[in-house]
This record gives sequence, C-alpha cells and structure tokens, in this order.
Amino acid sequence: MRLELPHSEIEAVYKEMILELFRHPLNKKIPKRYDVKRRGLNPSCGDEIEVMIAWEEGKLSDIGHQGQGCAISQAAASLITDYVKGKTATEILSITNTDMINMLGIPVSYTRIKCALLCLSTIQDALT
Amino acid sequence: MTGTAAKQHFALFARHPHLAYLDNAASTQTPQAVVGAMASYYTGYRANIHRGVYELSALATGRYENARGALARFINASADEIIFTSGTTAGLNWLALRLTQKFTSRDNVVLTRLEHHANLVPWQQAAKERGFSLRFVELTPGYEIDLASARTLIDENTKVVGFALVSNTLGTISPARELIALAHERGALTIVDAAQAAAHLPLDVRDLEADFVAFSGHKMYGPTGSGVLFGRREHLRRLEPLFYGGEMVSHVTYETAEWAGIPERFEAGTPAIAEAIGLGAAAEFITGLDLAAIRAHETRLTEYALEKVGKEVKIIGPADISRRTGVVSFVIKGAHPHDIADILDKHGVVVRAGHHCTMPLMRYLGLTGATRASLGVYSTAEDIDRLVEGVRYAKKVLCA
Repeated sequence: MRLELPHSEIEAVYKEMILELFRHPLNKKIPKRYDVKRRGLNPSCGDEIEVMIAWEEGKLSDIGHQGQGCAISQAAASLITDYVKGKTATEILSITNTDMINMLGIPVSYTRIKCALLCLSTIQDALT
Repeated sequence: MTGTAAKQHFALFARHPHLAYLDNAASTQTPQAVVGAMASYYTGYRANIHRGVYELSALATGRYENARGALARFINASADEIIFTSGTTAGLNWLALRLTQKFTSRDNVVLTRLEHHANLVPWQQAAKERGFSLRFVELTPGYEIDLASARTLIDENTKVVGFALVSNTLGTISPARELIALAHERGALTIVDAAQAAAHLPLDVRDLEADFVAFSGHKMYGPTGSGVLFGRREHLRRLEPLFYGGEMVSHVTYETAEWAGIPERFEAGTPAIAEAIGLGAAAEFITGLDLAAIRAHETRLTEYALEKVGKEVKIIGPADISRRTGVVSFVIKGAHPHDIADILDKHGVVVRAGHHCTMPLMRYLGLTGATRASLGVYSTAEDIDRLVEGVRYAKKVLCA
C-alpha cells in the first residue's frame, strides 16, 4: 500500500518511454517466416502473449509478439524482443530477470514483476 | 451507523485516514469487535474445545458453540445446520465431491456464466470423474441471469443447480427465488454461493428455501480462514463427511467407526476456534449495524458511483440499482486494468484489477480483464470522488 504519493512517483513508473512503448509497441507483428511459436500466460491478470521466433545460422534473426497487456508488459515485450535479435540461444537463455528489470529502468513492484517478465520467460520457454 | 461513522470501528482507518479502501469484494476490513473476540480467546480462555473437562475448555467450547448460534441467527438457520469451514471454497468443494458421488453420464449440474472459479472448478473436476455434464445459464445483454435460459437448461436430469447470489465481478444479484423454484420443480438440489452477499444483503435461508448456502468470514468483516456451509438438516443427515478423525466420531473400534451427529461429523480435527469466535462476532457486528441500513447505504453510494464513474468509463454490470450490489467493475478503452489499479493505488485508492477469478466470464463478455471497485459499510462519497479523480488521472497518463 503506497498512500498519498505525489504524482512524481506515478511518473517514475509511467514515464514517457514506457508509455510510448505501450502505445506503439516494437516488434508487435507476426514475422513472415518463423520457426517456433510459444504462448505465455500471466495467471494473475489473464494476459496472454504469443512470441514467434525465426532463426538463421544459429542466431535469432526475427521475432514478433502478439497479445494484450498492460503498459509494463508491453514495454518489456518491446525492449526484450529488440534485445534478443542477433543473439544465440545460449545468450538468450542467460538473460536474467534482473537484466529485464534493469532494461525497463523503472521501479517494478512485487505484483507487477510477472508483467515485466512475461515476454522474456515466454521467449526462454520457446528455446527449451 | 454507516460511512464515516462506521470507520471508527476499524483500527486500519485510524492508521490510514485517507485510504479509499474499495476492494471489499476481495476482503473486508476487520472491526475491533472481531479482533477483540479473537484476542480474548487467546488471552482469556484458550483451550481446545469439546474435550477438556476443565473450566477453560468448557468456556472455549461454550464460546465456539455460541458463535455457531450467532451464525444460525444471522441467516435464520438452526445451529445444527451450520458447519464451520475455512471459507466458501471449502464448502463448495465438499459439496461438489460428496453430492455427485452417484451421478452418472445421464445427469447434469446447472451453473451460470458468472460463477467464481470456486463454484466452477470443483464441479468441472467432479464432472470429469463421474461423467455428468455441466450446463451454464446464459446472461442477458444487461449482465443479468437469463431465466428463460435457466428454464431450458434445468430439466429432469438436473441434480444440482448452483449459483452465486451476487456476482463478484458484475455485482449482479441473481434471481435466487426463481432459480431455486425451477430447481425444486425438477427435484434438483440448490447451492447458493453467498460469498458476495453475506455482508451486503439480508440473507434468510428459510425464506430462500435453499438447500445449501456457503459464505466466507473474511468478506463479512470476519477473520480470514473462516466460513460457513449451511445445509438443511435432512440433507446433512444423509451426507458423508469429507474428512475423518477426531471430534467427528461417536464410537470407534479398530475395524470401523460411527459418526457423531450433525454438524460435528463435518468438523473433523481441532477447528479454527478463534476464527469461528471472530466470525460469530462479525455476524453480530453486522446485525448491530443493521443489514437493511447497510444495504440502503451501499445502494445510495453505488448509484453515486455509477453516475460519477460511469461518465469516465464503461461499466460492466447491471444498470438497475435494485438488481445489483456495490461491486462496480469497469473498463477504459486503451488502458489496461493493471495500469489503472496501479495508478489508483498511488492515489490511495485500493481497487482490484484482472479477471477476478472469473476467467470464463471475462472471455464470455469479450474482455481480458476489468478494474473493480467494491463498497463496504464504511465506504463514503469521498472514497468515490477520490476514485473518480484517480480514474481521470489514469486516463490522462494512459490514454494520452
């Protein structure tokens, strides 16, 4: 319970970069060609995400995601799908939850961690 | 005594005077009367019940059984028809397991589209094991139970009709009398999930003619981990217990055992004694405030909320104030419920976001989730004003 916080604290989470990625998510597409598709579910809110991944010469060549989500999940999906491009499966599997949170650069509360990590965990699921 | 005057009974509001606590459908706050009743058990007469011959145990037993009596008065039942449970979920699971034991593939159980997972998943599991089918009464476009659909679905093979008296997502009050009459015409048993009704609407199980009614303590100003399953005496007498052990037997040999009478046979082991005593105090607290007055207060506030919030959002629930309670769910185009609830929290307004344990209903309505504000006896117009202000700010941030 965070009571009576000034608007600046709200803006710490909902900063322009996050909102921009929420309104105009990156890689929110179905790639023309893909090798693997995986669904991920956030049971706490019912949000679903689907990622589609294409490989070329052992590296992730293209990735797209579909689904509805909150600002944090959509921003995270945008950032992580960009970040994994050109990386090998081993490199992608070594991305930690902390890396993902750092990428977002906002304070993520306990109840929103799943939103922030949904896309990353779905991508990593698709590789195993 | 409602609104600001009711807040004085709750220590939490002294600590957080500006908190707009609008998540009462998830859990209500606990008044001092309930905290005190539980504390007096722990500090004044703590002992196990029904066993000790000593004074302390007799005192604890007396208070525990007094609580049962208070719950019986609360819903106009007899004390032997009150089974203490850990909550609505426990009661409904027991019924789904025990009532369906002899069901076959010819039989069906009728539920509605708006059931909480607690009145859906146990029946799904039982249906998978026993082969009976599940049917769902449709909703009208106005988010109400469609009685025409119920008439079509409830037939001579219907063994159970189960429904939420109040929807935890929509606030819809079910036409309980009509559903129960339809069920009884066909010889089916009726189960009422009253979790969202107990603290908000007068509940009279005799008048309702329900066979079973389940509700939770923590949604009626009582402790967590407490609840009641009411069953009509003639049904309880022929039902098998779910758990076996101490307290629930009358005679035991190495080979076999005989069950104690009702309701003891359904309360194996040492129960949640303090919680039962606390729940009894909660029932008396509500009766003391007068449920009719609580209903009137919450209805006025709901009307106010629907008008004020309704200007900013799309309300997901009945418009007719007499057909709903103070559970006010809404969606904002382009804004995710989690973001709305997060921003409202930072404004000191506590609401719920997501599917509200009604995932199939959300899909049925074509939604992924909703934000839900739900009222209690201590809710005020200022709480609603803060909600509206927060919603406006959330829209500004998220929908710019």
